[in-house]
Amino acid sequence: MKTLDAKEITETIKDMCIKTNCIMSENIKSTLEDALNAEISPQGCEALECILTNADIAEKGMIPLCQDTGTAVIFAAVGQDLHITGGDLTEAINEGVRRGYTEGYLRKSIVDGPFSRKNTGDNTPAVIHYDIVPGGDITITVAPKGQGSENMSAVKMCKPAEGLKGVEDFIIKTVSEAGANPCPPIIVGVGVGGTMDKATVMAKKALLREPGEHNRDPEIAGIEEELLTRINKLGIGPEGYGGTQTAMAVNMDVYPTHIAALPVAVNINCHISRHMTVTLQGKEQ
Amino acid sequence: MKSYDLTTPLAENEIKTLQAGDKVLLSGVIYTARDAAHKRMIDTLEAGGELPFDIRGQMIYYMGPTPAREGQVIGSAGPTTAGRMDFFTPQLLERGLSGMLAKGMRSQNVIDAMRKYGAVYFGAVGGAGAYLSSCIKSAEVIAYDDLGPEAIRRLEVEKLPAIVLVDSLGNDLYKTGRQRYECLEEGILG
Repeated sequence: MKTLDAKEITETIKDMCIKTNCIMSENIKSTLEDALNAEISPQGCEALECILTNADIAEKGMIPLCQDTGTAVIFAAVGQDLHITGGDLTEAINEGVRRGYTEGYLRKSIVDGPFSRKNTGDNTPAVIHYDIVPGGDITITVAPKGQGSENMSAVKMCKPAEGLKGVEDFIIKTVSEAGANPCPPIIVGVGVGGTMDKATVMAKKALLREPGEHNRDPEIAGIEEELLTRINKLGIGPEGYGGTQTAMAVNMDVYPTHIAALPVAVNINCHISRHMTVTLQGKEQ
Repeated sequence: MKSYDLTTPLAENEIKTLQAGDKVLLSGVIYTARDAAHKRMIDTLEAGGELPFDIRGQMIYYMGPTPAREGQVIGSAGPTTAGRMDFFTPQLLERGLSGMLAKGMRSQNVIDAMRKYGAVYFGAVGGAGAYLSSCIKSAEVIAYDDLGPEAIRRLEVEKLPAIVLVDSLGNDLYKTGRQRYECLEEGILG
């Protein structure tokens, strides 16, 4: 068995909350530069230039890229041989979020309930997804999610008879109706299969892939490519001003499902696509 | 693409000149308000009260900033999605609001009210809060302090880059821009 101090997790989460909100990843930056080179709409090019200038200003001043510093969505893959000492894991994660959002001058956007709507003041609680995995390490992803894009997401329980075409049409319809709202060029995360909850978590996780990284199954990768082409023909363009660069990637994950089921979830991310992953190694006792 | 340097409050003839898709640099005073502030303003009006500032001829920026670091005027300060304010907007247009700055699509109700009262909807680039922050020269909370990032602020801006999304004739760049570049998918998009 290996051990890890909960304080180390708190510290790591705090740093990741700040960095991912202020520094655009190199992969996204170069994908947006490619989009600028490919875009033919003058308004679309203006928007992309503004987005790239923003990334420079944000990083230099450690100013958040976007004022919506999001819901702190955390994925934690916990090794089954890891023993976390010195506190509760969920509380350690929330403490990291609390400190990151306070010390990093990030916006606190979380309210204590959907009806009471009183700001919690420190952006907690985070939305945490745990996986138990082999080994003695913990891999943590911090993916702050802005609500402009989150609100444009959708789920449909398709009938199996609708098949691939039904799934594809629902994805295109969702992106089309989202239009300008999720701040294109977007990343489209898709989860197909499992149950409703499984499909939504897959869609969220699919957003964590780097642009250009396709599903390992060539058949699904082909569907991703085809959907990306169709989405970029919608004309929405950067920021919805019109253009050819509406999405940077479509990332689809699939899972076995019930004989009567064909769930599909579409989770959309904005052009900043904030996420960062760190593995903390457990120490031998 | 036409380009204009504008100073608020906008004159009636300036508003009429602007066309969807035009590029502008905005300077002068604008006020911030988003979801909670809109709800409170409308509740106040419905209870027979007064708005916390005279909105006649003014512009509202749908924005809730991140906290400012020491020495900063304001934190990251980009636009939020306008559609959530659509429910409240016609009442403010009726009372003389003449400009909005935000991002995202508006309902037909809002566009109709904009045509009726002669208002313009500008777009700032969503997700460019650090850049837009650098165009804000002063910021002061003037009402609803308890709403934190959603408080109403009076901002002085200088050459803030924006684009005309919906002009006073109701032309909508989100529709016209898209039509220009779309290759229609048959049968799916009704």
